[in-house]
Amino acid sequence: MSLSAPSAIIRGRTWVWPDDVNTDIIIPFRFKARTNDPVEMAKYAMYGFDPEFYKKVKPGDLFVAGGNFGGGSSREQAPVAIKYSGIAAVVAESFARIFYRNSFAIGLPALEVPGITKQVKQFDEISVNLKDWTVTTKDGKVYHALKVPEFLRGLMREGGLVEYYKKHKSFPWERLEATASSTRA
Amino acid sequence: MSQTILNDDSLTFAEKIISVKAVGGGKVHHAGEIAVLPADMAMAQDSTGPLAIKVFREMGVQKVWDPKKIHLVIDHSFPAPDEKIANLHILIREFVKQQGVRLVEGSISHQHLLENHVVPGMVLFGADSHTCQAGAIGAFATGIGSSEMAALWASGKLWVRVPESLKINLIGQFKKGVYARDVITHFIGMVGEDGGNYKSLEWKGPAVKNLSIASRACISNNSMECGCKLSIFEVDPATQDYFKTANRKTMLEIHAGPKAKYKDEYDIDLGTLEPEVWGPGNESKVRSASEFGDTHLDEVFIGSSTNGRYEDLMVASKILKGHKVKPGTRCIVTPASRNVFERAIKEGLAETFLESGAVFTNATCGACVGTHLGVLGENEVCLSTSPRNYLGRMGASTAKIYLASPATAAASAIEGKIATPGRYL
Repeated sequence: MSLSAPSAIIRGRTWVWPDDVNTDIIIPFRFKARTNDPVEMAKYAMYGFDPEFYKKVKPGDLFVAGGNFGGGSSREQAPVAIKYSGIAAVVAESFARIFYRNSFAIGLPALEVPGITKQVKQFDEISVNLKDWTVTTKDGKVYHALKVPEFLRGLMREGGLVEYYKKHKSFPWERLEATASSTRA
Repeated sequence: MSQTILNDDSLTFAEKIISVKAVGGGKVHHAGEIAVLPADMAMAQDSTGPLAIKVFREMGVQKVWDPKKIHLVIDHSFPAPDEKIANLHILIREFVKQQGVRLVEGSISHQHLLENHVVPGMVLFGADSHTCQAGAIGAFATGIGSSEMAALWASGKLWVRVPESLKINLIGQFKKGVYARDVITHFIGMVGEDGGNYKSLEWKGPAVKNLSIASRACISNNSMECGCKLSIFEVDPATQDYFKTANRKTMLEIHAGPKAKYKDEYDIDLGTLEPEVWGPGNESKVRSASEFGDTHLDEVFIGSSTNGRYEDLMVASKILKGHKVKPGTRCIVTPASRNVFERAIKEGLAETFLESGAVFTNATCGACVGTHLGVLGENEVCLSTSPRNYLGRMGASTAKIYLASPATAAASAIEGKIATPGRYL
């Protein structure tokens, strides 16, 4: 899954999506099950809402979504299709559990910011800061995303499990001591 | 130390099993903490396995951690409906040969593992969201994606966050025509699609003892539709009988403490439930099957990992016996495993389906995921026992999907519209 690791600060225009966008909407089974090529998967990103989405998205665009983004199937092809369509980060009110884990595993920045859909409109320019895990809206207001353990943020910064393993020959949790944390997954 | 944890009155099922089985075992892990959990079993299927194989190879790992613990299952599109999928199946078979891992073709993974491999107290990670089905026999079982599956193949371990738990007390007895599927449909209607997100559901109460393992599997499987991480029925005499009959040993029996802390508690009186229908689409409310009037159905699908077990086919055949599927409606019956398929043939169920005019297929996820054997066209309307009614799930984005129990589905096939099963029982 190689695309370069995400930049520390990502600026881009937003696509705003509603609550409960499930993985069948993000990429239907009949397309995701017939290829192992991320570039091919990207052609079907958000197909359930707009089969032409891949033609309209620009590299570096961002997603802002409602609650429970990525619910349903375990298909990693969902975040992969989003990432390879050019989307640089997803900011959501909340994520479904497996989609959230998959996003870190493939290095697609995924930040949980409750209330964010009320602050952002379609095609607003916003920025996402992966160093301090914040989102800055068009009017300059800064919103803190829910905290994530450092080992996961490190995994995200390095671009996901493949890049991390190639570099360290281990996985980020292998030497992890149990720690109290507020993350969800 | 493990025994102290197992006897601790204050811990949930999830807290106990993670505390006992995590790396550095013996330390108590409460909800919200992160732990590293060795797997007893890892499963990937034909729509998540090929990507996991690709990622595993990109990582540059040569050998899997333990071939006996790794299962590949070709179930979603079996047998391959087209060349692209056939080629991905070849990729899986080559990997299986190279690594010496286990392969099964033509049974749905969750049912195959339940019938043959997963036992109480195991830790199972599956690259399929409905892996949580194995909670029905008291296993830690949850879904992950392909890259994490590749990491698990390489190392045998994954990180987990200890989930908060919800307790659902089941009391009372079903009315005629109401089944396990109606319980979980009702519960999803109560809490919503993300009502169980990140959570461990614990099904408790005096009515649990009357639920068969197949019924519990239906509930645990379909709990995914409210986002759960785990959906647990603790080991009880029914579970012990199931494994004794199958001549399989359990690994560990875990019981939540009586003073365990739950995020929320719910009571469901089974006697108040109706044949429940969820749809069209996941945006609709759950309603009784009697509230739909003349909703014409183009297709009725009875099957999937949620409701393709022998007891499901038994109820459907009992209802269809002596009746015909309404002209203008097609009915497709798909068992969840090769074992269920063979039993349905030997014991005459298949004959009943064929006499009624239904199609009886091999075991596969086919229609549920819209890949073959029941794909929906533009604006078609389907009532299905499969787990999901999402936009475009079974084919065209304009098709409408309603979800219900096998009994409601069979009655609806006879009438060609959404119907209640009571009068056929």
